[in-house]
Amino acid sequence: MVASGLCFSSGDTPLLKQISLRIEHPGLSMILGPNGAGKTLFLKLCHGLLEATSGTITWNGKSAEDTRHGQAMVFQRPVLLRRSVADNIAYALGVRGIPRRERPALVTSALQRARLLPLARRSAQLLSVGEQQRLSLARAWALKPRVLLLDEPCASLDPGATLEVERMVAAIGAGGTKVIMTTHDLAQAHRLADEIVFFWQGQVLEQGPAEHFFAGPQCVEAQAFINGELAPG
Amino acid sequence: MTDIHEAFATALQLLLQLDPGLLEIVTLSLKISLSAVLLGALTGFPLGAAVALFRFPGRDLVNAGLHAFMGLPPVIAGLVVFLLLSRSGPLGPLGLLYTPAAMVIAQWLLVTPIIAALTCESATEFHRSYDEQLRSLGAGPWRTMTTVLWDGRFNLVSAALAGFGRASAEVGAVLMVGGNIHHLTRVMTTSIALETSKGNLQLALALGIVLMGLSLALNLAVIIVRDRVKQRYA
Repeated sequence: MVASGLCFSSGDTPLLKQISLRIEHPGLSMILGPNGAGKTLFLKLCHGLLEATSGTITWNGKSAEDTRHGQAMVFQRPVLLRRSVADNIAYALGVRGIPRRERPALVTSALQRARLLPLARRSAQLLSVGEQQRLSLARAWALKPRVLLLDEPCASLDPGATLEVERMVAAIGAGGTKVIMTTHDLAQAHRLADEIVFFWQGQVLEQGPAEHFFAGPQCVEAQAFINGELAPG
Repeated sequence: MTDIHEAFATALQLLLQLDPGLLEIVTLSLKISLSAVLLGALTGFPLGAAVALFRFPGRDLVNAGLHAFMGLPPVIAGLVVFLLLSRSGPLGPLGLLYTPAAMVIAQWLLVTPIIAALTCESATEFHRSYDEQLRSLGAGPWRTMTTVLWDGRFNLVSAALAGFGRASAEVGAVLMVGGNIHHLTRVMTTSIALETSKGNLQLALALGIVLMGLSLALNLAVIIVRDRVKQRYA
């Protein structure tokens, strides 16, 4: 993924400023930064859900919108249809053009991986938030995306549910899907990240392997963020 | 009070005896109102969803029109349909004036804005929640529309019920385009108006009670079914 001179503004307010970066690392790339740093906006631009004010994002030379069918995204707050757990996954498979007869097996497999199979017939609205987020991940996983974009998927989860989601994220990454995830949680970034992209006030201040970032960040803002001193960006 | 008691007794008697005259009027009333609601749903659901989901020239005008026409005076609807269907009107050759079909058209005109405006509100709400997720999955406009309509189906049932309430209670338009012809276009509301004008208040009240009872029973049945399904799936 290559972002080049990427800017996004809301009215006169610039929210992302001249972002240029390449994400090529095969492991999990973590977009790290405080609330309001522009992480979610960047992820939505990567997925083609928003249009940049200026600049470009390309995936292997193709536009974000043209490559969306090979991607999946999970949002901070799970967005589930008012259907059963199984039907939520079947719906997504249907949208992606998977033939009807192939869907039940794929749904069952996805629910097994998410440990939600016993809840297959239950309304998705009746799940706990943790279960809903696992269902969102299972739905994304079932699509077999080449790239999975995760927007703070554990932001509203308790530690147990967070662990479950992280287990799934690790398994998805191990299966060959490129995962790009946002978080403001340093501990989570420590646990999951192979690469860190540090966002601050709509800019990318640092990018590099996770172990280098945590061992000695290059910019003062990242150092302060790691030390818990940085005001929200 | 005596009149009301007697009216209840008369209504009960008519119902228990399965009075053929009453059954004919009730059946015709239900046929016309339910047909109008069905047509209103077939046009109002997609219209409301389209206004909620798509950006097109004149969208705000259509939206404002839908809400304004929710309170369309029945006599205006009746007048418009009368002018369209009268012998010299553009649809005059169809010969629909003073037939049940004309009454369905008049009621359809009244219920469609209600159903469409309520559908628009429901679809807007669902679209706001689902938009990014559906686009992320790759859903096109048609799939998005059917999804927000299906997931808002409980709201749509309420919209259809509101339309039925409007249609079944309406008298002015059906009187103008139906003519209140015995055995042909006489429905409950026009019968009540006629019996009242003749001074036959007891029968008018009895018919009113039957109309209210039917409306209540239908609404209750739909609400019970809707809530049971809702409990299970939403």
